[in-house]
Amino acid sequence: MNQPAVSIRNVSMSFPGKRSGEQIDVLEKVNAEVAHGEFVCLVGPSGCGKSTLLNIVAGFIDATFGEVLVEREPVRGPDPRRIFVFQENGVFPWLNVRENVGFGLRKQQQTERDRVIARYIEMVSLTGFENAYPHELSGGMRQRVEIARALAADPDIIYMDEPFGALDFLTRLKMRADLVRIWQSEKKTILFVTHDIEEAVQLADRVLVMSPRPATIQEVVDVDLPRPRHLDSPGYLEKRDRIFRVMGMSLRVGETATA
Amino acid sequence: MNNTGAEISVERASTSTPRRTSVRVGDPDSLVWRIVRPVGMAALFLTVWGLAVRLSHSDLFPTPGNVLSGIIELLQKGLLFKYIVASLFRVSWGFTLAVLIGVPLGLVLGWYARAFQAFNPLIQIFRPISPIAWIPVAILWFGVSDAAPIFLIFLASVFPITVATIAAVQNMQLVYLRAAQNFGLSTGELFRQVIFRACLPQIITGIRIALGVAWLVVVAAEMIAVNSGLGYLIIDARNAGKRYDLVVAGMVMIGLIGLVLDLLVRQLEKFDEVRWGYAGRRR
Repeated sequence: MNQPAVSIRNVSMSFPGKRSGEQIDVLEKVNAEVAHGEFVCLVGPSGCGKSTLLNIVAGFIDATFGEVLVEREPVRGPDPRRIFVFQENGVFPWLNVRENVGFGLRKQQQTERDRVIARYIEMVSLTGFENAYPHELSGGMRQRVEIARALAADPDIIYMDEPFGALDFLTRLKMRADLVRIWQSEKKTILFVTHDIEEAVQLADRVLVMSPRPATIQEVVDVDLPRPRHLDSPGYLEKRDRIFRVMGMSLRVGETATA
Repeated sequence: MNNTGAEISVERASTSTPRRTSVRVGDPDSLVWRIVRPVGMAALFLTVWGLAVRLSHSDLFPTPGNVLSGIIELLQKGLLFKYIVASLFRVSWGFTLAVLIGVPLGLVLGWYARAFQAFNPLIQIFRPISPIAWIPVAILWFGVSDAAPIFLIFLASVFPITVATIAAVQNMQLVYLRAAQNFGLSTGELFRQVIFRACLPQIITGIRIALGVAWLVVVAAEMIAVNSGLGYLIIDARNAGKRYDLVVAGMVMIGLIGLVLDLLVRQLEKFDEVRWGYAGRRR
């Protein structure tokens, strides 16, 4: 394997608890790597610290121990070469769609800027909504604006923190299909956090399964299935069920968890 | 019989469908009724006022008719327009100064926690002091001139603006900041393009409150510190011949202009750049 794009080394994270002296261990010696151009999903039970891990990787918060390397350089803070897509409301409500998408292009010339903005607005199917403000759009459309804003800045890596978590089921399916299409054409590295196992198997090259708190990477599942993926194919179901089992979940609704 | 009409309109109101500007009298949401209600209430108020003055045989307190002729008298003497301009001039200066200083100060104090620590106790001690209490000080420093009421209006409006701006910055959504940091903004860009823009809806609300206070204070300041303006009109009419018709005429003008000022500032809330900040609270 070549040099990884992202390398997470022995990352541990603790927060002070409510009572003095109390300490909550969220992450414990997490080790993982993401290769160039790879689509990696991080799944785990809610509250396990997967968002915390992504925030550490993006440089928004510092780990208690360990370090994150991007292109062999330790991460010291957020960087425009790595854009973060938030769960919801990450777009600026005071800017319209065109201005939001162009936000990362402040230093470019007007004509080049307009060209890039138009390209990514088209890529996320928002043509015709250039002058709309976020509060006039649906939740799914707002996430499209944010994805376009991230892509327009031409980052090497995109971090996504449950970007479709607040959307309804059908919109989510559509957004996943679009994201895979865009990822294939733009050749970005994507690290994607979700609690949705199905979503992870539909999207990722590899799924990192996290344990409950204090979390560590419990298992790495290679999803070597061709795209487009068929949600009823035996290969898909096998990967999905394996992750369910790793997370100790029963596949029969109504049955208590086995672990 | 419009019995059916009444039934239909009751049903429409209860299902709260969008209002239509129907002209049918049977519809309680029709344009006619929406005008009749406030106008009728105002007419009732004026009638009760007039009756009360007549029944009490008061020599000094004016009837609405007396007030109207008082306003006409002021117009004919050319005083009304002159005094309104004088008051608005002072409010404009004091208020503009307060916005120019209060907004940047609030942004900085809201953002830099250590500066906030240093300044906050001072602000909290100065803030509850009524601007009226500053009148003697203003006269001492500025004498009987426009500068005294301008100073008082500035004091009255700078605190609501600064405090609203500080609160807006401190309660700003973390996600906007993180997105801004992610795109590598300089400190200047961060303030201009993100913090200020994110806080603008609440800043405008602070500005609305401040303008209301400024208009209250100009009247009080003009009663003592100068010899023109609507506040001066009221105190002068009282002192020079107990002309209560002119006193109330001045009060009516203050109320009407205050209303217009508030309506003007409210227009700011309708711009696309800030409308998101009021969504859910009103349409």
